[in-house]
Amino acid sequence: MAMQSMTLSRPPVARSRTDGLYEWVTTVDHKRIGVMYVLLALGFLVIGGLEAAAMRLQLIRPHADYVSPRVFNQIMTMHGTTMIFFVAMPLLFGFINYLVPLMIGARDMAFPRLNAFSFWLTAFGGLLLYYSVIGGYGLYGDGNAPEVGWWAYAPLTARAFSRGHSSDYWTLSLLVSGFGTILTSINIIASVLCTRCRGMTLGKMPLFAWMSATMAVLAILAIAPLTAAQMMLMVDRYLGGHFFDTQAGGSAVLWMHFFWIFGHPEVYVLIVPTFAFVSEIIPVFSRKAMFGYPIMVAATVTIAFISLSVWAHHMFTVGMSASSTTFFMITTMAISVPTGIKIFNWLATMWGGKISFKAPMLFCIGFLLQFLVAGLTGVMLATAPLTWQLGNSYFVVAHFHYVILGGIFFGTFGGFYYWYPKVVGRMYSGTLARWHFWLFVIGFHLTFDFMHIPGFLGMPRRIYTYEPGRGWDVWNFIVAIGAAVQIVATAVFILNVLWSARRGPLAGNDPWDAWTLEWSTTSPPPAYNFATLPTVKSRRPLWDLKHPEDPDWKYE
Amino acid sequence: MDGAWNAHCTPMLPMSPTSIFSPESTPARWVFDLSLMVYTITGVIFVVVFGLIIYALVRFRKKAADDGREPPQIYGSRQIELAWTIIPILTVLVLFLASARVVAFTQRDSRRPGSLEVNVVGHQFWWEYRYPGLDVVTANELHVPASDPAKPRRILLHLYSADVAHSFWIPRLAGKTDLIPNFPNIMWIDPERPGLYLGQCAQFCGAQHAKMLLRVYVQTPEDFAKWAAAQKQPAQVNEGALHGKEIFERTACMSCHTIAGTPANGRFGPDLTHLMSRDTLASGIADNTRANLRAWIKDPGALKPASLMPAMGLDDSELDAVTDYLMTLR
Amino acid sequence: MTRTGSASEKESTVETMPRTTDDAPWTLPSAGKVGMFALIGAESAIFVIFITAYTFYLGKSVSGPTPEILSPPIFLSACLLSSSATLEASIGNLKRGNTRAFAILWLATLALGAIFLVGTGFEWRHLIVDEGLTISTNLFGTTYYSLVGLHGFHVTVGLLLMALVAVFAGLGKVTRDHESKLEVLSLYWHFVDIVWVVVFTLVYVVGR
Repeated sequence: MAMQSMTLSRPPVARSRTDGLYEWVTTVDHKRIGVMYVLLALGFLVIGGLEAAAMRLQLIRPHADYVSPRVFNQIMTMHGTTMIFFVAMPLLFGFINYLVPLMIGARDMAFPRLNAFSFWLTAFGGLLLYYSVIGGYGLYGDGNAPEVGWWAYAPLTARAFSRGHSSDYWTLSLLVSGFGTILTSINIIASVLCTRCRGMTLGKMPLFAWMSATMAVLAILAIAPLTAAQMMLMVDRYLGGHFFDTQAGGSAVLWMHFFWIFGHPEVYVLIVPTFAFVSEIIPVFSRKAMFGYPIMVAATVTIAFISLSVWAHHMFTVGMSASSTTFFMITTMAISVPTGIKIFNWLATMWGGKISFKAPMLFCIGFLLQFLVAGLTGVMLATAPLTWQLGNSYFVVAHFHYVILGGIFFGTFGGFYYWYPKVVGRMYSGTLARWHFWLFVIGFHLTFDFMHIPGFLGMPRRIYTYEPGRGWDVWNFIVAIGAAVQIVATAVFILNVLWSARRGPLAGNDPWDAWTLEWSTTSPPPAYNFATLPTVKSRRPLWDLKHPEDPDWKYE
Repeated sequence: MDGAWNAHCTPMLPMSPTSIFSPESTPARWVFDLSLMVYTITGVIFVVVFGLIIYALVRFRKKAADDGREPPQIYGSRQIELAWTIIPILTVLVLFLASARVVAFTQRDSRRPGSLEVNVVGHQFWWEYRYPGLDVVTANELHVPASDPAKPRRILLHLYSADVAHSFWIPRLAGKTDLIPNFPNIMWIDPERPGLYLGQCAQFCGAQHAKMLLRVYVQTPEDFAKWAAAQKQPAQVNEGALHGKEIFERTACMSCHTIAGTPANGRFGPDLTHLMSRDTLASGIADNTRANLRAWIKDPGALKPASLMPAMGLDDSELDAVTDYLMTLR
Repeated sequence: MTRTGSASEKESTVETMPRTTDDAPWTLPSAGKVGMFALIGAESAIFVIFITAYTFYLGKSVSGPTPEILSPPIFLSACLLSSSATLEASIGNLKRGNTRAFAILWLATLALGAIFLVGTGFEWRHLIVDEGLTISTNLFGTTYYSLVGLHGFHVTVGLLLMALVAVFAGLGKVTRDHESKLEVLSLYWHFVDIVWVVVFTLVYVVGR
């Protein structure tokens, strides 16, 4: 009896466990692509983390020789490049890919096939970067993994100073994954602008959607300059060009400008999605609407806009004129205003609420406190004279790891635990999550609080060893201990992810009693997301359903 | 510039010879004074905001005896949001004005008449120093006269690079300034207290970036004059070291190194005319002893892997001869 | 703006969501157009960097030929810019159902673009052989060939896409319903032309 029944009348079908590799490799489903991005990122996180561990071990005491100088410099370059391009970016794009269509009541991203293509470009880029380790022996036997630092300053990357092909692996892998990033960003913008469900005006989108779109616009404007500069570098290295050839009158400083025109907005590309996670989690776990939604949108867009004008604060020591230095000082300080406003808005959201300290909220609290500190050390560095001393020192390394680990990673872990039940269908282990949190807090602070001190005491960055008698020894030792603790914490996290996927209790549609559309469908959602596309009247459609006597749209 | 923020002028005992908290020269002092203000402002902000967050977490936590009702939903408040926009803007303005002042003062007329001028050329992985007014060329150890507070005299450093980007950082004397090829820079210092000040290259420049150490010897003006006069002399000819001199000139040494008064006039490596007047070798990484010198000549890569000086493949007797010769270069 | 707390209710399925009483049409911008504008944004940013490099290095070449040796390609530029007009006319005809006019004007666009490319090739041949200017000669050579070459690359991609459409049209597969997709493609082509206006002004007028 062949019954062609309408799929609409059947309950949503859970994903079959027998889905093979072929299904995953050929998928265009935004949810699967999102999961693949996250898994890719976690894989590279382990590699990048081991690279960090190797560096901290080498620096645990002066004149250690666990790795040779050139290998250290390669690890240093690979660590930064991996973490930014193949951990943080894919992780955040993974979350955005999975969640944005669900949150705006759509069935998929605007361009599903482009979405898949972009993912594979990113994955290939990562593979290419690491292929350098085994495949890079060029002329003179030099060059496997790149060893020029993740900024690849000119003229260190010129043929004369960077023999063999190691620098080319840096350039080409990022060029390829950069195209993936641009294409994904185009997809996000088109999705947010063109596929929202009925009734969801831009003013009624979740903050997550606003921040994803902002991040995507910024990503396009940031990656494009890097792409251009990398093309120029290839012209220099292979076509005899002189873009950055100082012997021919070219400018090494021009590379710096181009790189940082990318590099600074890039870090805002990383933090804005974190803001998105936090802006969804804090309200739910405080049981209150987000305080000041319009200002949060305005502040985010303002931050993105200003971030395009601050780049040369990475060049305060380069010898710019006083007026240039002063300009970049004012823009850099200005960006702290909307950022601070957001912190206050999150605080006000919690104020008067009923805060429960589940894992997502714990990590968001960690984010809030640590991002505050990171922002303040950033304000210190914004005053150019302080950067003249602290720039290119371990103070800066501590500052940006505070932002990236203390801010972005904590916020992302919060998001991870918040949406894990939705993606996997099972609840994670709260006990393991708390162990993860507290171990990570201890390890993080041991490493990155104390890391500021060698900066104050004159320790520059990117050195494979240091002299005894400068007062740096004990602090580097403590930093290394913290790294070990963080490794244990991360192992607990991975254990939780894997164990709970099989043994966790079923989560149901809406374990957190939340208010955005993704919680209205099953966990995990069916391939088509919603049986019927929803219609919304307010920013919190599920609040309206749960409180029909007192819906949001009366007050917005 | 008045030391309005620097209430106490006594320099702190350094817990580290490279601490930014023990400035010994005006640029470093200006940064230090500004930094105290910056730490205070950021510290206050931290205490207030951190305190409020902790307070909120404690006061508004979900109680065990919770009635399950949602708390009042508050969507915003114009007055509060205005307040916490205005106050940060004012704070930023204050910080900006204070910093802009230091920037202007530091970079304004760096060139003062009467300054001692030194050309600093960064190389992979050593420092070249040329005193154009004094006809002195040396490497890796910078000697300068102390500045008399009654009649301050600046040392003006012109920063160049022969290859890639480097950065000159002696924390107790000044903030760092980069040495970038085809992009000359200027910085100045005016240390008053004689002594040895340490630092190192602060811009990643390749394999041995970590070993491009800096040593600045601040001397009394009399000592400095004596030092300069000695450095200006060509190399003394020592009859007993002629064999080593001949090896030095026969092998490729002379094409990279200069020894004034001899045919050796290479510019790729450090000037060796007064090598033995220096305390250290290879840009600060080893004491200048016979054993270290011999080991360095035998195989630079053993002390400083990927150093650009090749091992010249001399046999033991040649090594001894060359070392003896170099040890005569006081 | 506050309100009192309310009891929370747990049921929440999409099917019970109240239908909006407002039955006004829910229209959002076309994804193809938005996507193409975003792509144009990205490409513009890349061109801005190359233009910046070109401008910064004007007059800084240490040796070798300088921009005086360039002669403005007026005819080629006219061809390229009129190809935008023929493209618009072509799509207009498709909208009205005049498939023959559509095809002719589409091929005219292709031809004009091809003339531009071929002409650029001749110009470069003259520069390389007669003037001795290559990408490695000096700063001018590097920045000139990179900037104009990047634009030429974008022209080539546009021509390839239009050739593909021409093939489909030849097979009779292009109808009125494809009009919006062709508009998206035309946005790209107009962008390429606008870039040429900027590049031409900078390289052949201002910078010479």
